Amino acid sequence: MTLTRRDVEDMAELARLEITEEELPVYVESLSSILGFVDQLSAAATDGVEPMAHPLENQVQALRNDLVTESDHRDRYQGNAPLVAAGLYLVPKVIE
Amino acid sequence: MTVAEIGRGLRAGQFTSIEVTKHFLERIDRVNKPLNAFITVTPERAMADAKRADAVIARGEGGPLTGVPLAHKDIFCTEGVLTSCGSRMLSNFIAPYDATVVERLAAAGMVTLGKTNMDEFAMGSSSETSWYGPVRNPWDGTKVPGGSSGGSAAAVAARLAPVATGTDTGGSIRQPGALTGLTGFKPTYGRVSRYGMVAFASSLDQAGVLAQSAEDAALVLGAMAGHDARDSTSVNAPVPDYAAGLGRSMKGLRIGIIREFFGAGLEEGTGRAVRTALDGYRAMGATLVELSLPNLPLSVPTYYVVAPAECSSNLSRFDGVRFGHRCSEPRDLRDLYRRSRGEGFGAEVKRRIMTGTYVLSAGYYDAYYLKAQKVRSLINADFRRAFSEVDVLMGPTTPTPAFAIGAKVDDPITMYLNDIYTIGANLAGLPAVSIPCGLVDGLPVGLQIIGPHFAEEHLLAAAHAWQLQTDWHRKLPPMFA
Repeated sequence: MTLTRRDVEDMAELARLEITEEELPVYVESLSSILGFVDQLSAAATDGVEPMAHPLENQVQALRNDLVTESDHRDRYQGNAPLVAAGLYLVPKVIE
Repeated sequence: MTVAEIGRGLRAGQFTSIEVTKHFLERIDRVNKPLNAFITVTPERAMADAKRADAVIARGEGGPLTGVPLAHKDIFCTEGVLTSCGSRMLSNFIAPYDATVVERLAAAGMVTLGKTNMDEFAMGSSSETSWYGPVRNPWDGTKVPGGSSGGSAAAVAARLAPVATGTDTGGSIRQPGALTGLTGFKPTYGRVSRYGMVAFASSLDQAGVLAQSAEDAALVLGAMAGHDARDSTSVNAPVPDYAAGLGRSMKGLRIGIIREFFGAGLEEGTGRAVRTALDGYRAMGATLVELSLPNLPLSVPTYYVVAPAECSSNLSRFDGVRFGHRCSEPRDLRDLYRRSRGEGFGAEVKRRIMTGTYVLSAGYYDAYYLKAQKVRSLINADFRRAFSEVDVLMGPTTPTPAFAIGAKVDDPITMYLNDIYTIGANLAGLPAVSIPCGLVDGLPVGLQIIGPHFAEEHLLAAAHAWQLQTDWHRKLPPMFA
């Protein structure tokens, strides 16, 4: 498996990661070798095998009653935000 | 002193929790710097916890853990305290609440000394990828302590804390436990709540403990485990009294020896120490059966599809908007995301996010992710077959003792293969423990014991039986003796 610079740029864009010019060839090489390494799975005989959904058998998705259980922690949570105003998270302008 | 010994001393009035806590805080102050085991030390909180514990003990109340100090891996949210996960991304994140693990151990009366260093977002096997710098192995400062829970391992090995929490996604408790001479316990998937534990790969992540002995692991695990409605994968089943089950005899125990764990790649001294331990179990009356788990060699490639896929999804929450690192002067929203994440994540985390993005992307999903989940079913079936014949499985925890800092950090595949014996248990959600079984050139090696789902009691009893007969778990790194 050999990836191109373009492949890595596409992955970085999908994942919203800025990759520098210097980093790019390093990722091309290491990601190619990782994908080459995991390619050995393709030789495994898996016809008729169900993909694993959960490590434990007979687990059912836990449900809770549809009741409000959370209290308001907005101010405390926004204490960790890089930029807020009037209780709102601020980001660069999205719509001109 | 072990957790059990400190607990007994406190209840007998031999010393107070304040005295014990001061001892550990002073020791951290003196020797943490070269080890880099802690990211944050919380002396005020520790002294307040200790004072409260002493009052409880004075009233004749509390339990075996009341007043005993511990350290938490910096992946567990601790209210009002930096919770960095070893990342620049969270280097400014003050957790607004406690993880369930933190809450439960505090409720058991334990004293929080601080937060330990780790591979960034728990992605690594050497504790070298932390934004806060590499952790050093107390047994040899030029060697890694293993990872990702390497700070917790180094802290307990050097006795900066009597016990520490850890998390294990592909071996991150057992491998550092093996490389630092500790008892590293990873419970069954879902046995301990993941609430407040920064998520890496949610179908594999499980919290556990790095301890000096199986007895200590039993005490702390008993207080951590149990159902939590705030984690939807938390299992609603009663928690046995692990400490009470420790005395179980090894007579008649059927031990499966995994043939695939003794092939090429296993360092000679490590193999010898593990085989000697197996003979020890035979001498205690256990039966040894060699068996094969033919799909197990596919564990590592399976893991490096499933774990990055889940990580790429989990780590998408770090967007520079609500918390965590934000780049300066973003041009637009896309630039804000790209640069905040590009700057906030280190190289290995970015590598895994991109691997995950690739294997989940349109056109590749079936070939990689779906295929890996099918192979995971095969590995799971291998384990199930094995446990229809034997009670537990045994083998080495790692292929070699601790390796040199810097030796593998630029070669991801070589680094990944360090977890070749540990990953299988995560893929199948099984409990597993690593216990010290020897020294090779002055470095500890571990025996791994894997059990069927919810066999924690059996694993702890088997580990304890070995520790009653040997003193490997009591050996201290010469520099910290």
